[in-house]
Amino acid sequence: MIYDPSAVAVIVFLAFVGFTVGLSFYLGGKAKSSAGYFAAHGQIPWFINGVAFAGDYLSAASFLGICGMIAAYGYDGFLYSIGYLAGWVVALFVIAEPMKRLGKFTFADALDAQFDSPGIKAAAGISTLVVSVFYLIPQMVGAGVLIQPLLGFEHWHGVVLVGVAVITIVVTAGMVSTTWVQFLKGSLLVVFSAVLVVLVLNQGLREGNDAFETRGPYPADQWPVMTEVDGRETLPEEDGWKASDQWVRLASPTNGFDLFRVYRSEDQVWLFQAQSIRETDLGVLIDGAPLGREADEKSLKPGGSIWKLPGEQTETGPLGPVDYLATLQQSEVMLWKKASVMHDNGDESTVYYPQPTPGSKVLRPGEHPRFAGIRGDSWVGRINFLSLMLALFCGTASLPHILIRYYTVKDGAAARKSTIVGIASIGFFYVLTLYLGLGAMTSGTLDVTNNNMAAPLLARGMSPLLFAIISAIAFTTVLGTVSGLILASSGAVAHDLMGGALGLHFSEAVQVRVAKWAAVVVGLIAIVLGILFQDLNVSYLVGWAFSIAASANLPALVMLLFWRGTTAKGIIASVIVGMVSSLGWILLSADTFEKVYGLDPASSPVPFSQPGIVTIPLALLTLVLVSWWSRSKPAGPEPAGA
Amino acid sequence: MPDPANTSPATAERRGARLGMILFLLYTACYLGFVLINAFSPESMDRIVMAGLNLAIVYGFGLILLAILLAFVYGFSRRREGTAESTGSQKGGQP
Repeated sequence: MIYDPSAVAVIVFLAFVGFTVGLSFYLGGKAKSSAGYFAAHGQIPWFINGVAFAGDYLSAASFLGICGMIAAYGYDGFLYSIGYLAGWVVALFVIAEPMKRLGKFTFADALDAQFDSPGIKAAAGISTLVVSVFYLIPQMVGAGVLIQPLLGFEHWHGVVLVGVAVITIVVTAGMVSTTWVQFLKGSLLVVFSAVLVVLVLNQGLREGNDAFETRGPYPADQWPVMTEVDGRETLPEEDGWKASDQWVRLASPTNGFDLFRVYRSEDQVWLFQAQSIRETDLGVLIDGAPLGREADEKSLKPGGSIWKLPGEQTETGPLGPVDYLATLQQSEVMLWKKASVMHDNGDESTVYYPQPTPGSKVLRPGEHPRFAGIRGDSWVGRINFLSLMLALFCGTASLPHILIRYYTVKDGAAARKSTIVGIASIGFFYVLTLYLGLGAMTSGTLDVTNNNMAAPLLARGMSPLLFAIISAIAFTTVLGTVSGLILASSGAVAHDLMGGALGLHFSEAVQVRVAKWAAVVVGLIAIVLGILFQDLNVSYLVGWAFSIAASANLPALVMLLFWRGTTAKGIIASVIVGMVSSLGWILLSADTFEKVYGLDPASSPVPFSQPGIVTIPLALLTLVLVSWWSRSKPAGPEPAGA
Repeated sequence: MPDPANTSPATAERRGARLGMILFLLYTACYLGFVLINAFSPESMDRIVMAGLNLAIVYGFGLILLAILLAFVYGFSRRREGTAESTGSQKGGQP
C-alpha cells in the first residue's frame, strides 16, 4: 500500500514527545538520589502506578501485533491476549507484595534479600539485561517500521527519534518521568482503543468490498476452458501464470492485468480479484503495472471484508458486542492469503488473494500456522501450544521492567492496589483487541502485506483525526515500553552488576550518574540493534523474552517465597540454567532456523520451538537439587525462610 | 486457623496471602482447563454455548473477566489492611 503520512499525526506525536520530555526536565530534580532515580522515592500514587503498569506492559507487540494477528487469522491472536493477562494473576496473587517487601530498586534485590550474595546479583543482573534486550529489539524495530507509513520518515529516523527521546526521559528523571510517560500512554491507549471499538460496533458488518471485483458464479463444468470472461479477454497462461485452475488474468484497460483467484464452491466457480507484487530490476510491478498513482500505474488496495452475512441481509447496522460476534460466527469472511508464482527469468511474484472462510473458523483457535498443530495429529504441535501458554502465564510476573514498578509505591497495599488497577486496564484493553482485530478484518482497511498496521488503518477508515491520534499513540506505545526497559537495564548495570556483583561502592550521586550513563549506553545499543535488525521479522522476540524470563526468573522467585530450603547457590544455578537452557533451546529451534538463519527448519535438533514446558521445570529442579546439595555441605549458607 | 479477632498486621497479612493463594489456584485451574481443551479437544471450542457464541469466545472472555473479578474480590477483602501495613514494619530495604 502507498501511505499518506498525516501532518496531524506528526503534530500529535511531537506534542506528546515534547510534553513528556518537558515533564522529564521539570521532574528532573526528583531523581538526584538512588531512591528517586530507581524508584521515584516510592511516592507514586497507586492508581497512577496501576495505569503505568498498563503503559509499561502494553507494548507494540500487544497493540499492533495482537490486533494484526486477529485481523489476519482471527481468534488465535486473542490467545495471546488471554495468556498475557493470565500472567498478571500470578503477579497479583503470588509476586506483588513479596516483591515490594523484599526488594528495594531491582528484581535482583528481592532475590538476594536474605543472602547478600554477589553471585545472585550477577545472575539476576545478567538475566535482566538479556530479557530486556530481547524485549527492546522488537520495540525499536517496531518504531522504525511504524514511522515510515505513519509519519513519513525513514526507518532509522524512527529508531533514532525513539532512542533519543527515551534516553532523555530516563536520564532526566529516571523512574519519575518514566512513570508519567507510561501513565499518559496507558490512559491514551485504553481510552482511544475503546473509542475505536465503539465506532466499529456502531458501523456493524457489511457485505462486500467495493475496491475488488467478484465475478461469477460460472458452471464448474465450463472451467477451465474459457478464453474470455464476461466479454473480457483472458491473458495466455505463460511466464509462471500457468495454473489456470488457480489464477486467471484479464487484460487491463490501462496497463498490466487484473488478476483473479479461481474459487470453487460445490458445482460453481467464482473469480475473486487478487493482487500481485513482482520485484524486477527496473522496479516494483503491481499486477504487471509500475507501482504508483498515475493513470497507467497501480498500487495495492486495502482488503478485508464480509463475503456473506447470515440470512438475506447485506448490512447489519449498529451491533452490540455480543451480537457482533454472534453475527460474525454465522457469516463468511474474506481472509487474505499469500501465494507465490515463479517467473521464467527467476523473478518471483507474491500474490495476495481473498479466501472465503466461515466465521465459525475465524472465531476458533488453530487457524494461524503457529497454532495449527493443535488440530493436527502430531503431539509436537500440542506440546508447543502448551509450552507457549505456560510461558505467557509465567513470563509476566518475571519481566524485570514490570517488577521494578513495585518499588515506586509506598507499601505492599499500594503494590496490590496498583496491580488490581493494572489488571483492570490491561484486561479491558485485551477485550478490545478482539473487536479491533475483527473490525480490521472486515472493514476493507487491511494492508494485505503487513497486518501490523491493522489497528491504525482501521482508525483511518473511520476518521482522519482518529487515525492521526491512534498513529501517534501507536508510536508513543514504543516510548512507554522502551523507557521502562532502559530503566530496568540501567538498574541492572549500576545497582546489580557494578554495585552488587563487583562490590564497587558508590556514593548516591555517583551511583545515579553511573546508572544514567548505563541508560545512555543501553539506549545507544538499542538504537544500533533497531537499525541492524530492521529487515528481520522480530515480533516473535517478545515471545522469546517471555520464555527466558519465565525460565530464568520465576522458579527462583517462587521457590524463594515458598520453600524454606532455598539457598543462594540454588538460586544462582536456577537463574543461570533457566536462562541458558531457554536461550539455547530458542536458538536451536525450528522457528529460529527458518526465520533467522534461513536454514531448513527440519534440521533443528530440538523437537518443538517453545522451550517453557521443559526449561521452567528444569530451572525448578536445578534449584531444588543444588539447594539440597549446598545445604548438605558444612559451610553451606543459611536457609532462606519464606 | 487464625483467630478472627486477631487483626494484627502479621495475621492479616497471613490471611491475605492465604486468600491470594486460593484465588490463584482457582484461576490457575480455569486457565489450565482452557489450555487443555484447546490442546486436546479443540473441536469442543467450536460448540455454540450461549447467545450464539462458541466456547472459545465465552471461555476466553470468561478468563479475562474472571481475572478482573478475582482482582477486585482480593482488593476488596483486603481493603482494611492498607493503613496497618503502611505503618507496620517493613522487611527489606524500603526506599
